[in-house]
Amino acid sequence: MKREEIIKPENKVYSRPRLLDENVMHYCPGCSHGVVHKLVAEVIDELGLEADAIGIAPVGCSVFAYNYIDCDWVEAAHGRAPALATAVSRLHPEKVVFTYQGDGDLAAIGSAETIHACTRGENIVIIMINNGIYGMTGGQMSPCTLEGAKTATTPYGRRTDLNGFPLRVANVVSLLDGTCYVTRQAVHTPAAVRKAKAALKKAFLNAKAKKGTSFVEVVSTCSSGWKMTPDKSNKWMAEHMFAHYPLGDMKDTTVEPKGE
Amino acid sequence: MKDEIKLMKGNEAIAHAAIRYGADGYFGYPITPQSEVLETLEALMPWETTGMVVLQAESEVASINMVYGGAATGKAVMTSSSSPGVSLMQEGISYLAASELPALIVNVMRGGPGLGTIHPSQSDYFQATKGGGHGDYHLIVLAPSTVQEMADFVGLGFDLAFKYRTPSMILADGIVGQMMEKVVLPPQRERRTNEEIKRQCPWAVTGKEGGRKRNIVTSLELDSAVMEKNNERFQRTYAEIEKNEVRYEARFTEDADYLIVAFGSIARICLKAIEEARKEGIKIGIVRPITLWPFPYDAIRDAAKNVKGILCVELNAGQMIEDVRLAVSDSVPVKHFGRMGGIVPNPQEVLDALKKDFINPSDSKA
Repeated sequence: MKREEIIKPENKVYSRPRLLDENVMHYCPGCSHGVVHKLVAEVIDELGLEADAIGIAPVGCSVFAYNYIDCDWVEAAHGRAPALATAVSRLHPEKVVFTYQGDGDLAAIGSAETIHACTRGENIVIIMINNGIYGMTGGQMSPCTLEGAKTATTPYGRRTDLNGFPLRVANVVSLLDGTCYVTRQAVHTPAAVRKAKAALKKAFLNAKAKKGTSFVEVVSTCSSGWKMTPDKSNKWMAEHMFAHYPLGDMKDTTVEPKGE
Repeated sequence: MKDEIKLMKGNEAIAHAAIRYGADGYFGYPITPQSEVLETLEALMPWETTGMVVLQAESEVASINMVYGGAATGKAVMTSSSSPGVSLMQEGISYLAASELPALIVNVMRGGPGLGTIHPSQSDYFQATKGGGHGDYHLIVLAPSTVQEMADFVGLGFDLAFKYRTPSMILADGIVGQMMEKVVLPPQRERRTNEEIKRQCPWAVTGKEGGRKRNIVTSLELDSAVMEKNNERFQRTYAEIEKNEVRYEARFTEDADYLIVAFGSIARICLKAIEEARKEGIKIGIVRPITLWPFPYDAIRDAAKNVKGILCVELNAGQMIEDVRLAVSDSVPVKHFGRMGGIVPNPQEVLDALKKDFINPSDSKA
């Protein structure tokens, strides 16, 4: 079969999501952000939310999420995205508001805003990329850093007697009455990517249907911060991160959304 | 139509005026002496009449960031607090200024530093007028001295914030917040529709409808050359505000031998002192800055041309006096009189201070 015969529109099985901008991403090779960005762009497009989605960007590596996902964005101060999302959602109840945050942003400096947005049951989606490290500032310990993990501020490994224990944020917010859907996902294999996309889709549908707060944690890699190759990062994540942060739904008070 | 005269506290007037202005949202956190703003709004339930959103946030940090999020969508949003709470808001206020967003912040000042006291003070003058948070920025700062001005400055503050796309602040104090006075509330205005907001604020984050380019509200710019241009744009805005928006009240200045400069509630106590002084044949005039930023430098310089001394009266250790000195350079002696920690002087103390500084300096036992 000739090449010209293969490259035809009817044979196309995959293309760049329409709402994923062509800007070259600044993320490091092996970083999970690129995949999660793609999923968010796909979900917004597939649900027909291009004109309704409003994103709140964090401080950290994904501060520039607004350069890649083609919807309206506000860039928040460190940790405050759920507070911004609260106001945007309440002032524009017809819109679908989501935050995109890392674990340093959300679980440390933004813990109060997270807890209270979830407690109020704001009709928003909170996406937390949990790579257990502050990537942007050079790989310091975050609340989610595993015990023993070496970072720029735990050069000999995180010690629980000095630094406390790694925080399971999804478990915490699953206890709050305002959350309707709390799940922990990953994007390290094609199967995991498909599950994560389904979770994100459910979360966005929940927000559209005003069912409460949906919280999607994505256990992620930070090859640069972890000082590992992309392949090694994925393996290390599956071996170590999933032990402390097991994947799966933690809470779902919603009826299964209809559709394919 | 006959004016509708009401009797209420300054804090209550803020709440009523916000609803009547057609504000879209209020986000706040309780703190004395301004909690009546939130309490009144919750009691009036404007979400059932005008559709205004009112939310008690988990902290002042959350409040100001809710304001930041709401302002980014082009809505008319506000918060109120008192000194320690406003300190917590400074990061968010800096973001509002840097993202060129209109918003209204009310500070009903109490005495500090630290947790300080719940009693009235004006010790946040520096914080309000010189930036407050990080970076080169200014707020438009309005200083009400009456309950009527508390009501009026809500609309003025919003209008100026939208005109210049910059946050404005009502810098009140515990006296004018707690004091009851008669007030004529502004007429009820309709809230802007979403379509009107999109026309007025094409930059607003309202959802990427109609295939337009996405709107991004951010204060981040890593390219220093662009960030410098951004700063230059901010400064041009501030220069415009300085040119157009200086407001003050000058009284008894034509024949004055002495000048008092005071803002907010203490200016009214000074007026009483001026009245008493005139009975003794001492001619004192007063300039009351209404905008603390932009500051009425020219008005003070003009009023000071023929005076022998200026007394700057403030409920603090001497903050506005620095701007008064900038206004007159060394042409006139400028002295400060103030009380701190929540103490409010009476008119006689003000007059005694002026006499001690300028008329009978030898009487001083100090």
